[in-house]
Amino acid sequence: MSVAMVVFIVCGALTILGAIGLILAREPVHSALSLVLVMIALAVLYLLLGAAFIAAIQILVYGGAIMVLFVFVIMLLNAGVEVRTNLSRIAFWVGLPLAVLFLIEMVYSLSHQYAAGTTLASAGAVAGPVPASTEELSMKIFTEFVLPFELTSILILIAILGALVLAKKEAS
Amino acid sequence: MEFVSQHPVLVVSLIKIAIALFVVMTALAYLTWFERKVVARIQSRWGPYWVGPHGLLQPLADGIKFLFKEDVVPPTADKVSYLLAPFLALALALTTLALVPIGPASINVLGQQTQLVISHSNIALILLFAISSIGIYGVVLAGWSSNSKYPLMGGLRSSAQMISYEVSLTLSVVGVLLLAGSFDFYDIVGSQAHWPHFLSQWSLPKWYVFPQFLGFSCYLTAAFAETNRVPFDLPEAETELVAGFHTEYSAFKFAMFFMAEYANMITVSCLATLLFLGGWLSPLPESWRWQLYLPAAGLIIGGIALIIGGLRSVQWNAKAVFPVLGIVCIGIGYICTLTGPGDPVAEVIQGPFWFITKVFFLLFFYVWARGTLPRFRYDQLMSFGWKFLLPLSLINLVATGFVVVLRGRP
Repeated sequence: MSVAMVVFIVCGALTILGAIGLILAREPVHSALSLVLVMIALAVLYLLLGAAFIAAIQILVYGGAIMVLFVFVIMLLNAGVEVRTNLSRIAFWVGLPLAVLFLIEMVYSLSHQYAAGTTLASAGAVAGPVPASTEELSMKIFTEFVLPFELTSILILIAILGALVLAKKEAS
Repeated sequence: MEFVSQHPVLVVSLIKIAIALFVVMTALAYLTWFERKVVARIQSRWGPYWVGPHGLLQPLADGIKFLFKEDVVPPTADKVSYLLAPFLALALALTTLALVPIGPASINVLGQQTQLVISHSNIALILLFAISSIGIYGVVLAGWSSNSKYPLMGGLRSSAQMISYEVSLTLSVVGVLLLAGSFDFYDIVGSQAHWPHFLSQWSLPKWYVFPQFLGFSCYLTAAFAETNRVPFDLPEAETELVAGFHTEYSAFKFAMFFMAEYANMITVSCLATLLFLGGWLSPLPESWRWQLYLPAAGLIIGGIALIIGGLRSVQWNAKAVFPVLGIVCIGIGYICTLTGPGDPVAEVIQGPFWFITKVFFLLFFYVWARGTLPRFRYDQLMSFGWKFLLPLSLINLVATGFVVVLRGRP
């Protein structure tokens, strides 16, 4: 077993454990920390795929900036332990079959692909060459994908304005 | 030995990590001693004096004291987060130093050519910011998990402060990135080599601190806030919050937060040196070959000063120890002169010599500020960060961008 395989298995397991922890933890801070674990383990998986820049940005933006704000807000509101209501129990029992269904679907499609002989390399060939360097990536973002990129920025701006409006309303 | 020959890169990396860890840990310990001595000097006191000559063994005594103190965990604390926080703070603070190169040369270890950095990456700067942004969790979790009012207030304050100033810190660096056109520290320092072509070699070196003076000021200010140091040490304002986020920590866990703070200081100083002060480049023109003797000369002069100072001291142990240290310094300096200019050994020590000198001056600046400036008020801190520092670093970024677009990279 190669080193990359070991790292993949460990980080994959950490991602899944983190995702489960996120849902099962009853303390909001623990949920947030599990999500941080997911983000960082995902970043390592990106690194394995050779996308070092994306991995670093994943840690910087999701692991660092966004999740720190999450934890900060949870602390600021001093949110207590999650309370389980009847409605949340219903959600659990409705959600469980859906989750199982989704899992079956995923296993089926992946094994189908595997049987058809699709490997990671051939899938990558279909998707086109992955931009390797930071320079190539930024060229793509600012030429080919400039419209979606700018739209995302505007979307974030709208979200910020929305948050401001809501906060103002609360104050008056 | 078979393992060594099979995994040369791994073994060499481990050796480098071990050496770097030892050096950094020692530097951390003596940074506390240095700070206490300098602040004492500013305040006309002696500082640590009795444990070893001039308190030189004080860091060791402090370390042993921390190890043997009772380790109290508050019964109401959230155990996992409480134990995780100091580890996160220290481990991430030390990890960032793996990306910092200290010299241009590569040396031969066990038959492997290796650079003077643990991890050479072409996105080193982003990785460094990524790792240090995760470091905030140490502070946040410590404040929250203690389940006590002062740590919670301290944790909230410091996370708000670190989030706010991280924006300015990152933006102030982008100006340098625009000029250098790379995230790689080797490229960034390399582009600061030589002199501006229209000026003679008698002028200032081409360090980014001159074209990016605004950026450098913003960086330094934000770095003070980011490392929770005076005048921005609100998270541990004793009169209001006891000790801020680490109030409930005792024994070695407290020491870990302490070490993390000093490790962050070193990282931030190293980064400032690499980005703005020309890293390992000498401030003197390359054609002046006698500068290769400077490290040796510095060691010999330091050695003579130690001998004279030791003999004139009233402490008996200083009388005994300092002359010996001085003779050792002179000996090392003499060996350096034997391998004169043009010799590979003399070339290798040039980079680290200048790098460490510059980092040392920045660390002195930190301590100097602590001995001089009063603490900000919390609302002043926040409005300063958002209403003054952030616009200033944005203006710097826009102006640099215009210049680079109009005139091309210098």
